[in-house]
Amino acid sequence: MKGILRLKNVLLGLAPVVLALLFTTLILVAVGAPPVEAYRNILSGAFESWQKIADVVAACVLLILCGVGMSITFTAGQWNVGVEGQIVLGAIFATWVARNLLWPQVPVLTLMLLAGMLGGALWGALAGLLKVYGKVHEIFGGLGLNYVAQGLAIWLIFNPWKPADGATMSGTDPFPDPAWMPRLGDLRVAPLAVILALLSAAVVYFLLRGTRWGLELKAMGKNFRSAFLLGVPSTPRLLTAFAACGALAGLAGAIRCSARYGRMLPDISGGQGYLSLLVALLAGYRPQWVPLIALFFAAVGVGSPRLELNMQLDSSLGGVLRASVVLAVMLVGGWRALMARRQETT
Amino acid sequence: METDFLVQTLSSIVAAATPVVLASIGETISEKSGVINLSLDGSIALSAMAGFAVAFTTGSVTLGVLAAMAVGAFIALIIATASITLRQEQVAVGFVLTMLCMDLADFLGNPFVRKPGPSVVHWPIPYLSEIPILGPILFDHNLVVYLSLLSILAAWWWIYKTQPGLKLQGVGERPESAFARGVNVSRFRYVYTVVGGALVGLAGASYSLSIKLGWSHRHTFGIGWIALAIVIFGGWSPWRVAAGCYLFGLLKALGSILQRNPAFAAVPTQIFSSAPFALMIFALMLVSSEGVDRLLALLPTRLARRIDRAIRGRPPGGLGKPFVQG
Repeated sequence: MKGILRLKNVLLGLAPVVLALLFTTLILVAVGAPPVEAYRNILSGAFESWQKIADVVAACVLLILCGVGMSITFTAGQWNVGVEGQIVLGAIFATWVARNLLWPQVPVLTLMLLAGMLGGALWGALAGLLKVYGKVHEIFGGLGLNYVAQGLAIWLIFNPWKPADGATMSGTDPFPDPAWMPRLGDLRVAPLAVILALLSAAVVYFLLRGTRWGLELKAMGKNFRSAFLLGVPSTPRLLTAFAACGALAGLAGAIRCSARYGRMLPDISGGQGYLSLLVALLAGYRPQWVPLIALFFAAVGVGSPRLELNMQLDSSLGGVLRASVVLAVMLVGGWRALMARRQETT
Repeated sequence: METDFLVQTLSSIVAAATPVVLASIGETISEKSGVINLSLDGSIALSAMAGFAVAFTTGSVTLGVLAAMAVGAFIALIIATASITLRQEQVAVGFVLTMLCMDLADFLGNPFVRKPGPSVVHWPIPYLSEIPILGPILFDHNLVVYLSLLSILAAWWWIYKTQPGLKLQGVGERPESAFARGVNVSRFRYVYTVVGGALVGLAGASYSLSIKLGWSHRHTFGIGWIALAIVIFGGWSPWRVAAGCYLFGLLKALGSILQRNPAFAAVPTQIFSSAPFALMIFALMLVSSEGVDRLLALLPTRLARRIDRAIRGRPPGGLGKPFVQG
C-alpha cells in the first residue's frame, strides 16, 4: 500500500512535465513539425559533445546566481523583476574595470567581480528604495529600471565605449587578456564561475535557514505587517534583500561579459533575468533546488537553437516548454489541493 | 497652418493610443472585480500575432480581430481559473503567462514576420468627422479606434451607472459583504476578468491590424507594462485611466518631435526609447509616494485637497486577494 502511494506521488509529481510536453507537442503538430525529431534536436543540441555540455554548464551559472538571489527576495515576499537590469549594471561596472585598470589577471578579475556585485547591488537597492520611499511596486520599479539599464548599456556601447571601427550591436572591443576569466581548456566554461555559482547557492541556503536575517526575511514574507509589529526592522531588511539579490545578479553579469563574451554587449542579459525568475518560482524559492532546475532550463536553452538550424523552426519553442512546465506545476498543484479539500468536505 | 498641425498631431495621438487605451480599460475592468491580470504584455503580443495571422490567412480582418479577442479572453480565463478556483498567486500565474505568451507569439508568428497583410479600413464617421477641429481629431479614424473611445465611455457607464456595475465594485472592494448580500463573487470575477481579457486581445489586434501593421519579433515592445502602470496612475477610474493613456501618447509625440529637432540631435536615441519606462516610475511615484503628501501639505489646504483628489486613487480593497466563497 505504501509503495503504491509513493508511486502515485511520483507519477503526480511528473504530471506537470508530461502536461507541458503534451502542450508543446500539440503546438508542434499544429505547425506541421514532427515532435519527436524536434525533441531529439533539442537534446542532441544540448548534450552531443563536451563543448555543448560545457555550454549548458556555463548557461547554468547565470541562472543559478540569479535564481538563488531571487530566493532571497521571494523569501521576503518581494518580486525582484529588476534582476535583468541588475545583470546589465553588473556587466557595465565590470566592463569599466576591464577597460580602465590594466593590471595583472588576479587583481583585475577580483575587482571586476566585486565591481559587478557593487553595480548590481546598487541597482537592486534602487528598486528597493523606490518601493520603500516612492511606494512604487517592485514589479514596476524593477521593470522600469530594466529598460533604463538597457538604454544605458546601448548608450555606453554606442558612445564612450565605441570600438575604433564603429559601434555595432556586436558590442565593445574585446577586453584585454587579463580581464578574461580562465576557461577549462578549449571548453567555453570557466571553472571559477561554476564554483562561485554553487558556492552562492550554499551560502544563501545557510543564510536563509540559519541566521536571524534569514528568519526575519521569512517572517516579512509570510506576513509583512505582523513582522513589522513584532519588531523586525523591515526597511533595512528589505533593502538588504534587494541589494543581496542585486549583488548576485551583478556577479552573474560580470561573469557573463568576462567568461563568456570577453566584451560588453548591448543585450548582455538577453532575457536571462526573467528566465531565472521562472527558475526561482519552480524551485519554490528554495536555493537548494535552484541548481537542478537551472540545469534543465539551461539544457533546453542551449539545445533549442538546433530547431532553427535543422528544422527551420523558431528556437522560442524552448521558452514555451520552460514556461509551460512552470504553469503546469502551478495548475496541477492547485488542482491537487482542490481535490484534497473536496475529499475533506465529503 | 499652425492649427492644422496641432489637429493632425492630436488626431495621431488618439489613433496611436488605441492599444494602450483598450488594454488599460480592459485591465481596469478586471482589477475592479479584484483580479490582477499581470499577463498584459504577453497577452497583447500573442493576440496581436494571432489577429494578424488569422487576418493574413483568411483575408478577413473581422475574423482576425475576433481571433485576437478570443486569445485575450482565453488567457484571462486561465488566470481566473488558476487564481479563483485553484487559489494560486495571481501575480505568479500572470508573470508565467507573460513569458509563455511571448515565446508562443514568437514561435507561432515566425512564418508571418514582416509580411504585408490586411488592415482595418479607414472609415471617417459621416457628418461627425466634418465637425471642425473635433471631427478630424476623434471621428476620422477606423472602427478599432472608435471602439477604444467607446470602451472608455462604456466602462465608466457600466461600472458607475448600472446595477451590475455597482455589484462589480462591491465584489472588488469588499467581497465578503458582496457575498453576504447574495452576489456570486467567483462568477463575477470570472466574467469580468474574461471580458477585460477580450479587450486586451482587441488591444493586440489594434496593434497588428491598425497602428503598427503586421508582425515582427518584439512587435509590441513593453506596451503591456505601460498599460498596467497607467491603471494604477489612473486610480482605477476609466476616465482618469484614459486621460493617463492620452497624456502618455502626448508625451511620446512630444518626444518624437523633439527627437527630430536638430537642437536635440546630440541626445542619443536610447534615451528616447527608455524614457517611457523612466516616466512610468516617476508617474507611479507621483500618485503614491509620501513625499508628495509632504509637498501637498505646503499648499493651501483646499488646493491641496483638490490636487490630492485629482491625482490619487485607491486600489479596490479586495484587489489581488483570494476570496473563499461558501
